[in-house]
Amino acid sequence: MTNDELITKLKAIIAPYVQDEKAFENLTEDTDFINDLKVNSANLVDIILDIEDEFSIRLENEDMEKMLDVKAAMLIINTKLNA
Amino acid sequence: MKNRVVITGLGVVAPNGVGVPDFTKALKEGKSGITCHDNLKDFKFSCQIGGIPQISEEKKSQYFTDLQLRGFNSSGILYGCIAGIDAWKDAGFDMDSESQLDYDTGLIFGAATSGVEKFREAIYGVDDGNVRRLGSTVVLQTMTSGVSAYLSGMLGLGNQVTTNSSACTTGTEALLMGYERIQNGKAKRMLVGSCSDHGPYIWGGFDAMRVMTYKHNESPEEGSRPMSATASGFVPGSGAGALLLESLECALERGANIYAEVLGGEVNSGGQRQGGTLTAPNAEAVKRCIKKAIENSGITAKEIEVINGHLTATAKDALEIENWTNALNRSGNDFPFINSTKSMIGHCLAASGSIESVASIIQLREQFVAPNINCEDLHPEIEALVDSNKIPTEKTDFNFDIIAKASFGFGDVNACVIFKKFSD
Repeated sequence: MTNDELITKLKAIIAPYVQDEKAFENLTEDTDFINDLKVNSANLVDIILDIEDEFSIRLENEDMEKMLDVKAAMLIINTKLNA
Repeated sequence: MKNRVVITGLGVVAPNGVGVPDFTKALKEGKSGITCHDNLKDFKFSCQIGGIPQISEEKKSQYFTDLQLRGFNSSGILYGCIAGIDAWKDAGFDMDSESQLDYDTGLIFGAATSGVEKFREAIYGVDDGNVRRLGSTVVLQTMTSGVSAYLSGMLGLGNQVTTNSSACTTGTEALLMGYERIQNGKAKRMLVGSCSDHGPYIWGGFDAMRVMTYKHNESPEEGSRPMSATASGFVPGSGAGALLLESLECALERGANIYAEVLGGEVNSGGQRQGGTLTAPNAEAVKRCIKKAIENSGITAKEIEVINGHLTATAKDALEIENWTNALNRSGNDFPFINSTKSMIGHCLAASGSIESVASIIQLREQFVAPNINCEDLHPEIEALVDSNKIPTEKTDFNFDIIAKASFGFGDVNACVIFKKFSD
């Protein structure tokens, strides 16, 4: 999967939880879920579950702690997919 | 000098009508909201009928965001938020997620249990060893104060925000708690109300107690028969009622529409003494509650013109009427008009007190007594106490000023409130 494909999939997953649509439109690898997209921190667990379902992977508590921005999410998903 | 308290907004989600206009029409027409439910039949309930408000998906999205509706499975919170927002808007306020925090307005919204279907999902998840996959929404929908948490955030309320719980007394108690807070100058406005989930998991325990009727599974609209000789148990209902209470001063200042004044009330418990139990009322405490409510309102028993009773259609209806006659020292033709909204909507449990308070205000405002449907065969023990013309089975137009509303609940708890047509 290319990075662009991965970002497209991630965007679809994140979309329902985003509270700042403008930041979402300009999403890059450096976009932070809470600080930029204003995702409610409680919803991070829902994003994790949706990622698990989409990519058929399992994310551990340690993964979740690191998954605070788009770049980290991509790295973790790629690592799991290539494992 | 204590503040006078008036009602400036109403909201209701009832089995026979959602929203004040539809509910008013249903009350006037004596429309039943009781229907058959196949899932109750499939689950082998004795009672397979109940009252469930009809809320379309379109209506849901007028009140909740898509995000709020993700993984949402709590009918009580759904009904409570709709009723609460309606009451808020009815009082002339906007719902705006960017609104300034309002420290002068609080919220007391009662519930018995919250999100029982959501709780079931969570229990299955935990039992399957899958707690990590429950998601973020379980706690917020299953905590008893869930409805208050959702609603206060939608409206930006900054005074006391809480949930009370006292079984079938809950709604009437919430109203009186909010009333006292304004009376004592702790808040200018209080949104009060209560809600109840629907469905087999909330109603099953009552079915097991054999307190719901099993005789009307083929004739649901005739099932809820308060005060009738053929009453055979209550019909379960669900929904929510909400009222915006406001200090008279604030209401006048902003030129608000005033539905009625809350004159006063009383909340007490029979302590499960003198014949009171977990499920049966101590008649002495019930009578004291009514008498104190009248005393606290600064009126006399003679001034009560209409009663909206608790009257569930169990064997206790005659005892309730006897308690009213003794508490008021009025009987026969001297007794006020009395009705039970439950004949049309069933027993909405924790939501009953607030939905029926809304019904009381509507009757006071529009000057009619709603019909007691399914009560053509008045119970002889009741007829011995009160003239049958005081228990109308048809809508009765009547000019009156004062209505009393009472609710009684498991745990031997009581609440009675007195409403008066507003005059300055």
